Amino acid sequence: MIINTLLIGVSSGAIYALMALALVLVWRSTRVVNFAQAGQAVLSTYIGYETMARTHNYWLSVPIAIFFGALLAAIVDVLFMRVLARRAQQGPIAEIAPVITTLGLLGLIHSLIGLIWGNTFVQYTSPLSGKGFTFGTHVIPFSPQNLLIVLTATGVMAIFAAIFTFTDLGLSLRAASFQPEIARLAGIKVDRVRTVGWAFAGATGAVAGVVITPTSYLSPNSLDLLLVTGFVAAVIGGLESLIGAVVGGVVLGIGFAFILQYIGPSVTFLAGFIILMVVQLVKPHGFFGHKTSRHA
Amino acid sequence: MVFSVTKRVAMHSARLTPLKRALLLAVFGLLLLLLSNQVDELRSYQGAQVAIYAIAISSIIVLTGFSGQISLGHGAVMAIGGYASALAFTLWNFPWEFALMFGTVVGTIFGCVLGIASARLQGPYLAGTTLALAVGLPSLANQFKVLGGEQGISFDIGDAPAWLRQMVGGEFTQYKWFFWLATPVAIVTFWFITNLLQSNVGRSWRAARNHPVAAGLAGINVARAKILAFTVSSSLASLAGGLFAVMLGLVTPMAFPLSLSFLLVTGAVIAGVGNLAGIILGALVLVSIPELSGTLATYLGNSQKVTANLPGLVASLLLIVVVIFAPNGLRPTALWKAFRQFYK
Repeated sequence: MIINTLLIGVSSGAIYALMALALVLVWRSTRVVNFAQAGQAVLSTYIGYETMARTHNYWLSVPIAIFFGALLAAIVDVLFMRVLARRAQQGPIAEIAPVITTLGLLGLIHSLIGLIWGNTFVQYTSPLSGKGFTFGTHVIPFSPQNLLIVLTATGVMAIFAAIFTFTDLGLSLRAASFQPEIARLAGIKVDRVRTVGWAFAGATGAVAGVVITPTSYLSPNSLDLLLVTGFVAAVIGGLESLIGAVVGGVVLGIGFAFILQYIGPSVTFLAGFIILMVVQLVKPHGFFGHKTSRHA
Repeated sequence: MVFSVTKRVAMHSARLTPLKRALLLAVFGLLLLLLSNQVDELRSYQGAQVAIYAIAISSIIVLTGFSGQISLGHGAVMAIGGYASALAFTLWNFPWEFALMFGTVVGTIFGCVLGIASARLQGPYLAGTTLALAVGLPSLANQFKVLGGEQGISFDIGDAPAWLRQMVGGEFTQYKWFFWLATPVAIVTFWFITNLLQSNVGRSWRAARNHPVAAGLAGINVARAKILAFTVSSSLASLAGGLFAVMLGLVTPMAFPLSLSFLLVTGAVIAGVGNLAGIILGALVLVSIPELSGTLATYLGNSQKVTANLPGLVASLLLIVVVIFAPNGLRPTALWKAFRQFYK
């Protein structure tokens, strides 16, 4: 029983971790919590859905959706965030302008999806079975699709770990987020590196969308809750640390699975809010963040 | 520099005393109410909507413009006001006036607790936390039987009282009654906030927002200023929530969706977050968005997809455009300046 709950928790935690990663990547590069991430991810998933509807090939639709997610995020950064960094510098709006812009983008993407595909629920299925693995006569609530989710999430994290540790690009990404001015003096094109950070985040969100959607349904709002859980996971990890986001996501996934199992479904999101509050009061820099990160 | 100083002096001398402001607002309100005899049902309904949105938007402006905090969860605070009022009215048989007051008190207490918990949070942290609240809170309605689940609780305050009907005369429809109820409340609220923001309370909020360290050195308790601002803001939002429930005749979880919270932020940004005078403009825009996009949708062929999504599209586009091009509100002068700069 406990093992079953753990398995469910790890699977949903992997998705939370992906979303948290996407938020952390943008936060590190731009100091913005990108609330439009849910919209970007769901729009990318719709692109995957459209590809699937035309070609009937899930494995083709996944890379297309991921590529689109990266492209979309880069466009958002270039078209909106760069403009915003130059404007909206004064008055009480200055501090909240980026947050509000991402919020506007979220609404914009929702409405656009509704205009193109309608607001009804659609199915985006994968060839993998959604039925649990069977051991003898025992069926566990962990399906091949869940396995795909966990493996993909692990893969994405491994790729990021490799990029950030071993490549020049990773080094300039870290430098640009740590000390933008000094990075600029050292010859790093900070603006361009920022856009790359956004593209990575967009791709990560798209991955989360295309692997989680086959387990339920697709609608313009279907990933909004994931945004909130991803944010909670990111804050648990300190909003600054990639490893923190992953650990935060998995811990939150397991926590939610146990709450769901032993208390009930309707308090889950309130529990998310309470966890968020408690983490911020007890450990404002998260469990993996730097002490200074909040004032950057 | 000289210009800005003289301008500030001029603004200062133009400031009205509370009494004069009260008189002005009373005249304005009376004009509005007299006007309600000349318009049809739909316009009275929209008038009441404008008044309620104005209160709700002012709650965001108090919080963001004057205290530098942000909330993406004020729809949830409105829900608390609405639910508390409806519970008091239906379950404990409060008269509706007291039910509305009770809702406001509950919202105020809730805001105080939330303010204490979130006084340490800044910018995006606060935004995300209040967002989580807005997502999490409506599910409570399904957890407790007394809150009525998806059906919600009814909150039907009936027709206008007899004395009002006699005083005004003429036909007194339901929506006209709501308009007569919401408008005076909005005007009194507006009077209260303008006075508060010009008192030393408002000054200490602005000081704490502009420079927390300097404000602290000057003897202002920054944390307390932020908590008080959150409390006042929540009481305004819960009052608006109660009135909103009156107008709908019931409260349900669906009546306070996440998009309501976002709509309030949109209204505040259009009004100009540091500009209390803009709230009527903000509220008017919010009410006219569905109507304008309805007209536009008819023009575009009225398919179900278009009618359902055009209002959201217009609202989000407006939000983005205003933040980027007129960050201090949708005032004609500001727009003209941005336009000139753009084509210079």
